[in-house]
Amino acid sequence: MDATTPPGAEEKPVFYELEEHPHPPGASTLFGFWLYLMSDCLIFAMLFAAYAVYGNSTAGGPGAAELFELPLVATNTAMLLLSSITYGFAMIATDEKRQGATIGWLGVTALFGAAFLAIELYEFSHLIHEGAGPQRSAFLSSFFLLVGTHGLHVTFGLIWLAVLVVQVLRRGLEPANVRRLQCLSLFWHFLDVIWIGVFTFVYLMGVLK
Amino acid sequence: MSDTLLKTIFGRLTLDSFPIHEPIVLATFVVVALLGGALVAALTYYRVWTYLWHEWFTSVDHKRIGIMYMVLGLVMFLRGFADAIMMRGQQAMAFGQNEGYLNAHHYDQVFTAHGVIMIFFVAMPLVTGLMNYVVPLQIGARDVSFPFLNNFSFWMTASGAVITMASLFVGEFARTGWLAMAPLSGLDYSPDVGVDYYIWALQIAGVGTLLSGVNLIATIVKMRAPGMTMFKIPIFTWSALVTNVLIVAAFPVLTAVLAMLSLDRYVGTNFFTNTGGGNPMMYVNMIWIWGHPEVYILILPAFGVFSEVVSTFSGKRLFGYTSMVYALIVICILAYLVWLHHFFTMGSGATVNSFFGITTMIISIPTGAKIFNWLFTMYRGRIRFELPMMWAVAFMVTFTIGGMTGVLLAVPPADFQLHNSLFLVAHFHNVIIGGVLFGMFAGLNYWFPKAFGFKLDHKWGARSFWLWVVGFYVAFMPLYVLGLMGVTRRLRHFDDTTLQPWFIVAGVGALLIAGGIACMMMQFFVSWRNREVLRDHTGDPWDGRTLEWATSSPPPAYNFAFTPVIRDLDAWYDMKSQKVEQPTEGYYAIHMPCNTWAGIVLAGIATVFGLAMIWYIWWLAALSLVALIATAIVHTFNYDRDFHIPVEDIRRGEDARTESLARAGV
Repeated sequence: MDATTPPGAEEKPVFYELEEHPHPPGASTLFGFWLYLMSDCLIFAMLFAAYAVYGNSTAGGPGAAELFELPLVATNTAMLLLSSITYGFAMIATDEKRQGATIGWLGVTALFGAAFLAIELYEFSHLIHEGAGPQRSAFLSSFFLLVGTHGLHVTFGLIWLAVLVVQVLRRGLEPANVRRLQCLSLFWHFLDVIWIGVFTFVYLMGVLK
Repeated sequence: MSDTLLKTIFGRLTLDSFPIHEPIVLATFVVVALLGGALVAALTYYRVWTYLWHEWFTSVDHKRIGIMYMVLGLVMFLRGFADAIMMRGQQAMAFGQNEGYLNAHHYDQVFTAHGVIMIFFVAMPLVTGLMNYVVPLQIGARDVSFPFLNNFSFWMTASGAVITMASLFVGEFARTGWLAMAPLSGLDYSPDVGVDYYIWALQIAGVGTLLSGVNLIATIVKMRAPGMTMFKIPIFTWSALVTNVLIVAAFPVLTAVLAMLSLDRYVGTNFFTNTGGGNPMMYVNMIWIWGHPEVYILILPAFGVFSEVVSTFSGKRLFGYTSMVYALIVICILAYLVWLHHFFTMGSGATVNSFFGITTMIISIPTGAKIFNWLFTMYRGRIRFELPMMWAVAFMVTFTIGGMTGVLLAVPPADFQLHNSLFLVAHFHNVIIGGVLFGMFAGLNYWFPKAFGFKLDHKWGARSFWLWVVGFYVAFMPLYVLGLMGVTRRLRHFDDTTLQPWFIVAGVGALLIAGGIACMMMQFFVSWRNREVLRDHTGDPWDGRTLEWATSSPPPAYNFAFTPVIRDLDAWYDMKSQKVEQPTEGYYAIHMPCNTWAGIVLAGIATVFGLAMIWYIWWLAALSLVALIATAIVHTFNYDRDFHIPVEDIRRGEDARTESLARAGV
């Protein structure tokens, strides 16, 4: 302590830490990832705003009430919500250090996610087939952009999930992998929250009109 | 070969895409090619490539990345200024019969490129570079939170700059003005590659800006030295925190609006078209919801620099630190409530216009508080007129004038007269040059000795300063007058020859500024030649007050051998007044991140992707997209991302510093 103490000081203040204070790798990862998600959330905010403005700009083409089929969308929503629950189970398994169960639940999550995407693609192709593609009107442009951006996020989530499964198989549930699983968990639930917004504002309110 | 095959391979890139018929562009290309070739040859001859690759391009050290940002900003500044002087020349001569020397096609690209380059590839890199360099040092950290991401962010910004520069020689740049307003930027009115260059340069650079924003927020929130509570954060770091919050909250809007514009152009959607239910005013609204915060993203770090500079060179604690912090926060919030003042003429009606007019005027209150705080800091201080302080004083005078014309423009009825006039052009150059650029020059002169270990030459710096400041007034005061006379912006030719004297005066001002830039380059050269005389042995050349001056100049890779403990806002001043010395023994190995190839490689692939999309070379776009994702995945399989600097290395470095301090008699 002598070197750090000013001569004649009464209470001997400390000016330098003489030991390395612990800063584990990745200490700010979850916070940083959360910040990224908030920025992503703002992208969706703009897309929602665009949809709110363009929702009635059908340019003489079909509107929401004619196009959307709620049973299909409800099934789709169920797929995504279930995938969120199963991701939660994967994280519980991770906390209990059960690698096999983690991988298993991740697999189930991927299946639900893929089912969601498949149904969404079917819906898109159906719309385009009916002549209600994104070029038809500003309403459809903003619909395809909002829902499609969400779908693109789910796609990247699935790729990320597949990579993580390989990494967990290779290196086990070590701290770096657990951190990555937590980030993907945040991402996956975030997409769920966005989808609830989509389901409510785009589909439910669209059909109510 | 058949046309279809050529089209498949090269998209819409043909031999006609190279502007060989434009003598000015061709001459520029020849000069750039010769200079670039000479540079590459010199680097190869002196075998510097491996050094650059290992020590700089792949470096994750926030200090090196900060310096690379500054270099990028200064290089692009020369390009942006070349555009400026071309416009001033054209407008000084193109009256009556004289058509000037730039045709409309070229002139429109020049003013667009000038704006885009100066904002995105000069001001942004300079601001980000300073924050990158200074923030970790000021908070006593070893690096940023995500060092790899930092490297990647820099290269994405550089990628955007490369794409913008490529447009000069292959194809053309946008002819729409720097915000590419729809529907002019839509496919109907801009079918060429110009707007696509614009979109992809900004989208790619935007990824870098956003990630660097996330990175710096995480760094400031999570990595401060022990004892540094929120209200002991140095004011520049506070300004960086607020700036990066603005970045993270504003840039996604730009991403979204550019994505919509590109869908309109590539897929045929109807967001901003005149038909199909599209609404061009949506574009204007959305781009300014990003655009207005953007101007605060540029000015707030400059405010931070001035706060540090004024306090240091007045030898006093910053007056009203707490009110300075609250002013930053208030500006941050208000920045999102004023965007509509950019288009009062849209016709939203009196109520909406009044609301945005009033919020705009309110912003001048926290800003004015900051000006008074700087003045009160100087009051009864022992002011040393070193270069950074000179820039700070010039800023206070100039920015106040710019602020007042800003309040004038905030009055909707006045704005109806002044909208899109040269008065507006004079106003924003008044605040961007007088605020942001002067701030960056103050910061450059202030922190240069920290970064390179020697001060910048005073004589050439002072010459540059006077030429710049006088040149600024000569160049832009005539534009205020012309604007009040009703001259609109972006005009290539004038019929009314009575206006010509004003434009000639403005042109003379631009030449004075050119002299200022030449003196600044001379300043760098002279300082480098006299670096032994100008050497900073102490690490504290200005008698500084904050932590970055507590380590050597230039700082070691790990910044601080021992993490400092903070008791006071002016932590280093506190240490000096308590006569504290850093321990000279008891070093330990320090945990640091490894360099990585991933940043530059990923950004390189992104550049190829952008160019392929611009030229409709679909196979290359698909290939590079797949390569981008695959490379990113490969990078995630690398788990060995850190190492320990051995204790012997640290002892050697620190012993050298102790010796240097002893020689300097500290």
